[in-house]
Amino acid sequence: MSNSSPSFLKSSLGKKFIMGFTGLFLISFLVVHVCINACIYFNDSGETFNMAAHFMSHNIIIRVVEVGLFIGIILHIVQALIIIMHNNKARPQKYAVQNQAVSSKWYSRSMGLLGTLLLMFLIVHLANFWVPTKIAVYTGKEQNSFEELKEVFANPIILVVYLLGIVSLFYHLLHGFQSAFQSFGLNHKKYTPFIKSFGFWYSLLICLVFASMPITLYLGLIK
Amino acid sequence: MSHGNMNLTLKIWRQNSGSEPGQLVTYPVKDISPDMSFLEMFDVLNEQLVAKNESPIVFDHDCREGICGMCSMVINGRAHGPKTGITTCQLHMRSFKDGDTIVVEPWRAQAFPVIKDLTVDRSSFERIQAKGGFISVNTGTAQDANCLPIPKDDADASFNAAACIGCGACVATCKNASAMLFVAAKVSQFALLPQGKVEATTRVKNMVAQMDAEGFGSCTNTGACEVECPKGISLENIARMNREYLVANCVS
Repeated sequence: MSNSSPSFLKSSLGKKFIMGFTGLFLISFLVVHVCINACIYFNDSGETFNMAAHFMSHNIIIRVVEVGLFIGIILHIVQALIIIMHNNKARPQKYAVQNQAVSSKWYSRSMGLLGTLLLMFLIVHLANFWVPTKIAVYTGKEQNSFEELKEVFANPIILVVYLLGIVSLFYHLLHGFQSAFQSFGLNHKKYTPFIKSFGFWYSLLICLVFASMPITLYLGLIK
Repeated sequence: MSHGNMNLTLKIWRQNSGSEPGQLVTYPVKDISPDMSFLEMFDVLNEQLVAKNESPIVFDHDCREGICGMCSMVINGRAHGPKTGITTCQLHMRSFKDGDTIVVEPWRAQAFPVIKDLTVDRSSFERIQAKGGFISVNTGTAQDANCLPIPKDDADASFNAAACIGCGACVATCKNASAMLFVAAKVSQFALLPQGKVEATTRVKNMVAQMDAEGFGSCTNTGACEVECPKGISLENIARMNREYLVANCVS
């Protein structure tokens, strides 16, 4: 058998590998993000939270990783678009009757939609916090991140947008976490049940802690 | 009408050729026995059509016992109909109720173009197979089986992968019309055995390259293929192929 295959990254399997790899990288970032968020629960008028936020916006290593994070997000989105366009071409004539609910979960079929909602949320989120932080860092202005947080989440519309974003994140992670391992070829009778349940509890825990923050701030439980 | 027999409304995809547009055509059928197979019901309908001097519905079938992989109908939105673990020919009319409307469509995929009515061209599967779904052995006397010890679990997993009949229900079911389950089964049945190790690297690379070239979609791990596969081919095979492909690209 001669070898006449295109390069790994151009193949359909290679593209899925990149999706899984960037996805897990973004998942690991969420752990850092949620831990810093949780600093508000020291309930010390945001002192600990502001310290952590200052570290994140000024430390040189974090700044370098931040660039990697943006590259990860962009790669994840670009690969998703390429895969979706390719997949749409694979079935030009649709079925008149479809009964997909019996054979797969709705969120596993809706990763593109959930991802789009997440991207829209991300733009709002960056405009709320990331952009003001960048401006403060470059102008050298002293910033009270905790006060900004309270100000943003005082708006009930913002609260609803964030909660919807977090619900999208939950379902995106629910499929994405275990799907990444499958794309890497890591499926084993002994370990896959653990990966799946870990993915479920990870998604649930991360999203609950994320959701708790705007809710507690909106209700004024954290001062 | 004898006891328990059914009257049904069929909506069947009719298409003269791949280059002409098709549409769903409604056919009422009467007095269908619940003991008939789904394809026997089609035979009854076709006899009626021939008697009326109309063109019979073209559909693929051969063994009619679930092993040849020829029959291929999407029935009410499900490949091989409402039951799992069976092909269309193993589906019986007792799975339906009197008065039901049943929509029957061909496999839908870019890589499975319609030939006529419910028959599609699945030679894309054969071209993938030809790229590496075999082992090269010299002719001569087969060696003693005990010379090649194979763990029972590997032998079983290989056999289960080899149970794939290549019907294409995985492609028909997949929202992306992906052929991953088929190709994964064909890669796995050899990857698990010492005889398959010799050509493992080129096999997986060439078969995946052909799968992509045929225009099948890519896998998004929804797991629908595994549910609808009449032979119960496991998703573990897809993971094994992903693994084989990754390793193959690392070493060559």
